[in-house]
Amino acid sequence: MNDQFDIIVIGAGPAGISAALEADHHGASVCLLDEQASAGGQIYRNVSQSTPARTKVLGSDYLKGEQLVRDLRNSGVVHRTGVTVWKVGQDGTIAYSKEEFATQIKGRHVIIANGATERSTPLPGWTKPGAMTVGAAQILMKSAGIVPTNAVLIGSGPLLYLVAQQLVTAGAPPKALVETQTKTDLLRATRHLVPALKGWKQLAKGLQLIAAIRMAGVPRFTGATNIAIHGDEKVDRVSFEANGKNHSIQVTSALLHQGVVPNTQITRSIGLKHIYSGQQHCFHPVTDLFGQSSNIVFSIAGDGAGIGGAKVAALSGKISALNAVCQIGKIPKSKCETLAAPILKKRSAELAIRPFLDAAYPPPADVLRPADETIICRCEEVTAGNIRRFASLGCKGPNQAKSFGRPGMGPCQGRYCGLTVTQILAQETKQSHDVVGAYRIRAPLKPITLKELASLETPKEPETVK
Amino acid sequence: MNPESSSTTAETVIIGGGLHGLSTALHLAMRGMKVVVLEKDRVGRHASSANAGGVRRLGRALPEVPLSVASAKIWQDISDLLDDDCGFVSSYQVKLADTDIHLDQLRDRAKQVRAIGFEHEEMIDQQTLRDLVPAVSKECIGALAVKGDGFANPFQTVRAFYTKCVDLGVVFHQGHGVETITRFADDWVVRTAKHTVTARNLVNCSGAWGGKIAAMLGDHLPIEVRAPMLMITEKMPHFMDGVAGAQGIPLSFKQFPNGTVLIGGGNVGQAYPETNETALDYQGLALSAATAWRYFPIMENAKIVRCWAGLEGFMPDNIPVIGKGYQDNVFHSFGYSAHGYQMAPICGKILSELIIDQEASLPIDAFDPARFRKNSRENGSETLEKFAS
Ligand SMILES: Cc1cc2nc3c(=O)[nH]c(=O)nc-3n(C[C@H](O)[C@H](O)[C@H](O)COP(=O)(O)OP(=O)(O)OC[C@H]3O[C@@H](n4cnc5c(N)ncnc54)[C@H](O)[C@@H]3O)c2cc1C
Ligand SMILES: Cc1cc2nc3c(=O)[nH]c(=O)nc-3n(C[C@H](O)[C@H](O)[C@H](O)COP(=O)(O)OP(=O)(O)OC[C@H]3O[C@@H](n4cnc5c(N)ncnc54)[C@H](O)[C@@H]3O)c2cc1C
Repeated sequence: MNDQFDIIVIGAGPAGISAALEADHHGASVCLLDEQASAGGQIYRNVSQSTPARTKVLGSDYLKGEQLVRDLRNSGVVHRTGVTVWKVGQDGTIAYSKEEFATQIKGRHVIIANGATERSTPLPGWTKPGAMTVGAAQILMKSAGIVPTNAVLIGSGPLLYLVAQQLVTAGAPPKALVETQTKTDLLRATRHLVPALKGWKQLAKGLQLIAAIRMAGVPRFTGATNIAIHGDEKVDRVSFEANGKNHSIQVTSALLHQGVVPNTQITRSIGLKHIYSGQQHCFHPVTDLFGQSSNIVFSIAGDGAGIGGAKVAALSGKISALNAVCQIGKIPKSKCETLAAPILKKRSAELAIRPFLDAAYPPPADVLRPADETIICRCEEVTAGNIRRFASLGCKGPNQAKSFGRPGMGPCQGRYCGLTVTQILAQETKQSHDVVGAYRIRAPLKPITLKELASLETPKEPETVK
Repeated sequence: MNPESSSTTAETVIIGGGLHGLSTALHLAMRGMKVVVLEKDRVGRHASSANAGGVRRLGRALPEVPLSVASAKIWQDISDLLDDDCGFVSSYQVKLADTDIHLDQLRDRAKQVRAIGFEHEEMIDQQTLRDLVPAVSKECIGALAVKGDGFANPFQTVRAFYTKCVDLGVVFHQGHGVETITRFADDWVVRTAKHTVTARNLVNCSGAWGGKIAAMLGDHLPIEVRAPMLMITEKMPHFMDGVAGAQGIPLSFKQFPNGTVLIGGGNVGQAYPETNETALDYQGLALSAATAWRYFPIMENAKIVRCWAGLEGFMPDNIPVIGKGYQDNVFHSFGYSAHGYQMAPICGKILSELIIDQEASLPIDAFDPARFRKNSRENGSETLEKFAS
């Protein structure tokens, strides 16, 4: 064991940075771990390295990250970059790798702020080269400055508009927006509109985005169904139905998005309690208001605890840090509560828009109930039809499904297919999502090399038996 | 009474639906017996799915050799028994030596096996080894080898046994564990929360939980539950067909036909049989990784994608308990000490012989549960003190 810290924070996005700063402020020794080369998380990815041209494309929100990153640099937080956390033990021991070398550290309290991942979008053809998530496209733009051209954006959710607008600004407007959102979704969402108005700034921002896309003359199709991505070697065409008509568009890339879901690999691996949210169509770890999980050693902050967006993430980071420093005795409970009260209030105002967004941009039936031929597990090429057949043979849960046909057993460790497999099995077996459950997750959370693992232990010489 | 509960009678009730329970059920059903299997979770969920799939005669404890050799014969034609090849690849198993001392130990071992009348274990020199396993480290100077050993797919094996059992009319009740066992006239009455089964014969095939069931039957057997660990890599280009172990250090190493490489070998995590859970010991895994890398330099940058552990019952002498219990018509078959996968096909047959013919066609004295019943009192419930911890 190399070092010990009062508090270890996993993930240097808005949640993790805010948590680390707050904990540092209260005199705790803090170590902040992130696999990216610099702080910022998904939204502020690479913000400290950005060029003015790139910043223009990515917008002013992106710049807000700069201040956070600057504060971090001036704090006492030990920030380790380029480290991949691949094991989190129930006692707060953490193993990570950097440059092919593994290290273990221990925290008295651990704040998990590992963010969200994009929901899988299993549509026919989604695994072909040239098809990627909008998040992956954004990472290309943010880190490498590469802009996808001749793209069609497919799916739903605010990030779809954001990336469309970013493509417009970059001079590569998408050929079309193929939205799965229907009129009914919007109507259903309006009943959440009044509380959502509390978050009117975000709403207004969303409307501005849509206006910008419209101004650029990008065609929008809504209520799209039967979406399929075609091409032999790589994507060359996208087809779909909208407004009762069949459409076909020649493209070089298909950018997919169906919202984001909490990244539960770490929280699952520690065996924390999770629950399925029907509103967000995903699992999230169970926490109290302060981000405290079902294990006293762990708090969860940011999108990893439930999707709330960057502002909510930053606020919940602070709240979790207060909880953490209180847990380890740096501040009394009463002080924790007093300090947290105004932040909690701010956070619930920011959260007001969520029910509206969740209802307005639900994942469509095609994604929640993919057609039989659609591949679900891309590593082992298991289709939705296969999963349904496993169910008919008596398979009741994702772990059992592995023994029927290996879904979730490839190198992505079930990241892509986990949620979809649960959803299909829940439909087929008429059990709740919570009863069906999720894949059992075990370290290594990301593939590591034999050499890395071996470096954790200086191997003893074999005993020679006399 | 619970409206959903059921009550059945059978000739034999088997507790535990792992491979040993399944194989026993199959062989009994093939001889026309009416069998019910009670499984607390689901068929094959524990050691029988979590294992490394090694089909190995090599290095067996001497009393196991006749059983293991007979089982190997069944494995060679496993489709005849199960209508499914279980993914069995018949290639080789080798035990590597990297020092002269190890080489001598292996030579002695081969002699011991020959002395009891078996020829399958043979020494091979460095060149033969390199021809057989080109990826092996140059440090290896020879090996003990068994041709025709290999590996199979545990999931597929469980499914094949289960399907065949169902075809032959074996009844399965899954999802509820046996809670009580009582005597009614000459029968055993076995209860779970949902089912009651009344049967003349009772077979305890409950693996890591075998000691617990045995104790309910008055047999106090010194089992220890451990959690052997395994790790598997991403797909790699094909570089070997068989399975390698090593003399003097725990290692079990094989590449599956899909290219993934499975690494194991003795290091254990923590076992929590009460909750079906295991925890991994990463220092132990690191040691396994270092060993595999040392014997197979090609593995240096291989990516590990998954690690896991399974619950298994170990007996103090590392050989299973197979035989009659203290009370009438009770049979035990558990405690396979991390090498019971290969033995499942034959052990089921042996149990069926014990139950139907009252005697086994192969020597099984060494596995008699009574070996732990030293100083036993009338009720047979006394155990050997030193194993009782
Ligand atoms: C692909 C993607 C793109 C997005 N783009 C935008 C956008 O442009 N604008 C917007 O408003 N919102 C965007 N969002 C939503 C936005 O990410 C969240 O609202 C916000 O960033 C949440 O902050 P967070 O701190 O909870 O997590 P994040 O900002 O996601 O930070 C989590 C951090 O944890 C690190 N991490 C995760 N696992 C490990 C590990 N095992 N080892 C080491 N480090 C790890 C990650 O590298 C990451 O830096 C995006 C979300 C995703 C998934
Ligand atoms: C990681 C690992 C690697 C291994 N590698 C190999 C290998 O390469 N080669 C080899 O030959 N062997 C190997 N083994 C050993 C082999 O897997 C086991 O010896 C074998 O599977 C044991 O089968 P079983 O039926 O006795 O036990 P199990 O498969 O554990 O079945 C016992 C069953 O009994 C059930 N049960 C328990 N209590 C009750 C109750 N009260 N009521 C109802 N049901 C109950 C359990 O739920 C369980 O399903 C390995 C084992 C492990 C763990």
